[in-house]
Amino acid sequence: MGDNSLVLGHRVSEWCGVAPVLEEDIALANTALDLIGQTQLWLGLAAECEDKGRDADALAFHRDVWDFRNLLLVEQPNRDFGHTMMRQFLFDAWHSLVLAALKSSENSDIAAIAEKSLKEVTYHLERSSDTVIALGDGTEESHKRMQAGLDRLWPYVGEMFLTDEHDLIDVTALRPAFDELTNDVLDTATLSIPTDNFTHKGGKTGARHTEHLGHMIATMQFLPRAYPDAKW
Amino acid sequence: MVMTKPSIDQVWEWLDAVPDPEIPVISLVDLGIIRGVTWLNDVLEVIVTPTYSGCPATRIINLDIETALNDHGIKKVTLKRQLSPAWTTDWLSDKGKAKLENYGIAPPQTAGGPTQCPRCKSAQVEKISQFGSTPCKAQWRCTDCLEPFDYFKCI
Repeated sequence: MGDNSLVLGHRVSEWCGVAPVLEEDIALANTALDLIGQTQLWLGLAAECEDKGRDADALAFHRDVWDFRNLLLVEQPNRDFGHTMMRQFLFDAWHSLVLAALKSSENSDIAAIAEKSLKEVTYHLERSSDTVIALGDGTEESHKRMQAGLDRLWPYVGEMFLTDEHDLIDVTALRPAFDELTNDVLDTATLSIPTDNFTHKGGKTGARHTEHLGHMIATMQFLPRAYPDAKW
Repeated sequence: MVMTKPSIDQVWEWLDAVPDPEIPVISLVDLGIIRGVTWLNDVLEVIVTPTYSGCPATRIINLDIETALNDHGIKKVTLKRQLSPAWTTDWLSDKGKAKLENYGIAPPQTAGGPTQCPRCKSAQVEKISQFGSTPCKAQWRCTDCLEPFDYFKCI
């Protein structure tokens, strides 16, 4: 959970200062801020459980690609604004369902972080759904770009629902709710879901990240690696 | 010299005088993020909950609490973060909501949007963006006086 919010948070923050309009710039930066805040909670908890003297920053800035356990979807590059918002929508839909399930975790720390994050993510989903509908059912150009984004990202959806032995919840069981939610929004957005269900995998297990993650991490980790004593 | 411990009520009063760093018109107590104040022997424990998990003001808020209490003679302060129950805008005090409105920020409404323009009080308002100058606000505009304004969004 922490790696997903870290990688997507960093990706979304790449829009800061260069988004198409000021309001979107602020919205993206705020979404990134929420995700990085959630990262501090998740990775903070992970470091505490690990008990090896590392903290959230050590986990974020001193691990290499193969130690990241994020979904392939979130490491995909931003490309255009439509593509970014489609990635956000697909992730938000999954994220909100997973957090709702983790809210009932027997581990009170996990339940508390999920409860806190869900409030923010509900808002993210509302916004990304609205944007996907507005642009999908917008101009010919915006529709074309949203459909292209969906076509490109759809092969990364399946990985979100692969349950493995590390999962605390059965993520596969969340697929019908995800399908219902996304069908509804994408249909209103006049977009067609690709029929091919081929799925890329290897992000969540760390076995086969896409090449994009290494480039992103190089940028993200540069400062603490080059200046290990730097303080905020 | 034995220092007498200030009462818990007194501490709450002092905390109610510490302004929110982003919206200085309301206090940290108005904002509803102080969850508890307890003496643990000679250490004062203040339990704080974050508004948004990534809000950069959290750091400053913690610093401001410590500084204010130190200034009142309490030297040993520990801050404890509590996530659950998660903060919502329901924790904002009525006093705080009135101060927000007066300051030009429309207070949160359960309906999901402001009822009126905080400046001219017209009900003719429209949303510009779901996000504003801080994570807790959205941008709205009055279609009568044409002024854009911040809305403290519901969470």
